[in-house]
Amino acid sequence: MSTTNPQSDAASAVVDTATTPVARARARRRSKHRRRVANVAGLMAGLVLTGALYSVFSPAQAAPAEGTESAAEAAGRELYDRSCISCHGANLEGVPNRGPSLIGVGEASVYFQVHTGRMPLVRQEADAADKPAVFSDEEIDQLMAYVQANGGGPTLPSGDLRDGDVAEGGELFRLNCASCHNFVGEGGALSSGKAAPSLTDSNDLEIYTAMLTGPENMPVFGDNQLTPEEKRAIVNYVQTIGEQADPGGAGIGRVGPVAEGLVIWVVGIGVLMFGIFWMGSKA
Amino acid sequence: MAATATAPGAPTTRLGKTATEIDDRLIVAGPLRRTLNKVFPDHWSFLLGEIALYSFIIALISGTYLTFFFDASMREVVYDGSYAPLRGVEMSAAYDSALNLSFDVRGGLFMRQVHHWAALLFVASIVVHLLRVFFTGAFRRPRETNWIIGVVMLVLALLMGVTGYTLPDDLLSGTGLRIISAIILSVPVIGTWAHWAVFGGDFVGELIIGRFYIAHVLIIPAILLALIAVHLLLLVKQKHAQFPGPGRTEHNVVGNRLFPTFAAKATGLLFIVFGVVAALGGLVQINPFWLWGPYNPAQVSAASQPDWYILFLDGSTRIFPAWDINLPGDYTIPALFWPTVVVAGAMFTVLALYPVIERKLSGDTASHHLLQRPRDVPVRTSLGMMGLTFYGVLMLSGGNDVFADKFDVSLNAMTWFGRLGVVVLPPIVYAITYRICLGLQMHDREVLEHGIETGVIRRLPHGEFIEVHQPLGPVDDHGHGVLAYGGAPVPKKMNQIGGARRAVRGFFKPIEEPSQVELEQGREGRGLAAADEARELTSSGRPSEGGRPQEPRD
Repeated sequence: MSTTNPQSDAASAVVDTATTPVARARARRRSKHRRRVANVAGLMAGLVLTGALYSVFSPAQAAPAEGTESAAEAAGRELYDRSCISCHGANLEGVPNRGPSLIGVGEASVYFQVHTGRMPLVRQEADAADKPAVFSDEEIDQLMAYVQANGGGPTLPSGDLRDGDVAEGGELFRLNCASCHNFVGEGGALSSGKAAPSLTDSNDLEIYTAMLTGPENMPVFGDNQLTPEEKRAIVNYVQTIGEQADPGGAGIGRVGPVAEGLVIWVVGIGVLMFGIFWMGSKA
Repeated sequence: MAATATAPGAPTTRLGKTATEIDDRLIVAGPLRRTLNKVFPDHWSFLLGEIALYSFIIALISGTYLTFFFDASMREVVYDGSYAPLRGVEMSAAYDSALNLSFDVRGGLFMRQVHHWAALLFVASIVVHLLRVFFTGAFRRPRETNWIIGVVMLVLALLMGVTGYTLPDDLLSGTGLRIISAIILSVPVIGTWAHWAVFGGDFVGELIIGRFYIAHVLIIPAILLALIAVHLLLLVKQKHAQFPGPGRTEHNVVGNRLFPTFAAKATGLLFIVFGVVAALGGLVQINPFWLWGPYNPAQVSAASQPDWYILFLDGSTRIFPAWDINLPGDYTIPALFWPTVVVAGAMFTVLALYPVIERKLSGDTASHHLLQRPRDVPVRTSLGMMGLTFYGVLMLSGGNDVFADKFDVSLNAMTWFGRLGVVVLPPIVYAITYRICLGLQMHDREVLEHGIETGVIRRLPHGEFIEVHQPLGPVDDHGHGVLAYGGAPVPKKMNQIGGARRAVRGFFKPIEEPSQVELEQGREGRGLAAADEARELTSSGRPSEGGRPQEPRD
């Protein structure tokens, strides 16, 4: 409301001094000045009005504790300031050579990174290793709310994440994922110490958000590359074969010929050597 | 064996009469008796080749069962079997029938797993058998032919494996097939022609499964069977080589007759091999191709590997630098040519020609029927270890992505380990092996010269402590054993020569009854019993003591 004061002062001054030429000239200058001041005031009023309208109509959470921030966001901000700020910066803008900007990554990315324990990072290296999550589910929700509110980006999916055709999911998985994650999601090595992790311990939401946000070295499979239905089919396939028993006996890691070669040499040849030693000792 | 009963006069029993009638017509009694009386030396390492033979038999039998259900065709079908995650997927009839064979045929999955495990065991036991023959010098004249036949059989076994690996037409085997196609194409000049001959086109195409099938079930097994027959006939004709030892010479074979002892042992081993393969087939899953999915040229999986016996070629390819040779005229020799065709060709050529190479190097052209212990031929042993190291590094590199992933090592580090290791490690292993061989030999000679350490410490009157040594035979004036070094195992512990009084039957090592041994040796005038009076020694056998046997002086 203080912005209206200079306008009212100027108006009263113009009425008093409009007689002499000098006064007129001064008045002209004043009226020019007045117009300029009026423009500024109008702009300021418009901005304030827009801000007020925005704060009324914007989808902010209920019970604004400090102006526009929800309780969850505030808690998230606190967690962020404690655990993330040193690498991702005070305004999610990132710190050169430490951490990327979080503007636009969205809550999906926060969920994947924090829920798999990749963030907070232990140290800078080729890959962020997954480990037991540092934050509780509630804290992860708060961090998600904070980053989503301040940076925006992809949001978490809802509904049944396995709602897709398993055979189609298999085809899509072999086409898009197997080249790094292996046929069955056992994971595999990438260059220079990087690795595509095993999917055996991942939950549905982690797999989905990983596709959505492309963490670490993984490409982003946005909704234009793989539709939400296709993502759900892939999640369904990965989880189905992950839970499926091995009909042939011990799965030996499901990594194929390397493990099989190890078994035939250690178990097969080992047992038979034992056998022929034993036969050799029976004269 | 009534057929060989040769009682004087006419046989009286019905069985005997039948046998005589048969012999009258076929004249089999003589050869049969000679065969059944064949003597096989008694050493565990001579059973290794048998393991290969038996696993081949298992693979033949189980494979025959599989052919009843397998459809070697690349016709496109849509899967509609029991395995839900593939239902509705387009695939070749080969993959479809392999899936049905695994899920809808009774015992099919078990038989397929038995077949695959038997195949892996077949190659593995061939390799172990080959190592035994190599390191003991069993390939020397007159057995060079059998060595070369053995190497050819090894190569055929690898081809057998490769063609079998390809048949299910899943994503893994299809990837392998694509690599085979690339290897054939990489051969200069004849590559494209050879590719056309094998695949019938520019690409892998649709003929190949049928062709590989015939090669796998008919052509290669037939050649292998014929070669096995020749291998065994030569073995019988040339007689078995044996390790040196008491009573064993270049002109005899000491061991058990084919019938009944050796036949019983061989049958026992057959059942053991059957048991091990069946246990693996029933308990450990192998090549679960329903997880791999049908082959699709657009798809590939991380950690796509061949079976272990081809892993060394995969490894050599992985570590070989990308050195394409671009010749004028738009002609390229791809880098792939060197680590696959050239390396494999060189390895098997050297292996096959090794008897000739050794003959040239050592100038030893005599016939040998006594084997050598690896320590007694340090150069050959070290060369063999060198070759094994080379092969081992290649094999490790073939699985380098799996090792990198499982042990958290950088894949680049693994690649460079392979590149450097394949050059640096073999010479190091050569030097170490050479020293170990000499050391083992020296120790044998030392025991022959000074006797076995008894562990008994004596204090001499002037205060010196000595350990009493037990000579293995008569000693000379200096107290040194007079037994010559014969390349046979030397006992190194007292209870190996009956020091434990009572015979202890070991699980792995037969410990002969001392009384039996001594009786025999006393009769033959050699060994410990023959020099009884010289055995009660208390000296350390050193020349400083005059080396003479002394009575205890304490």
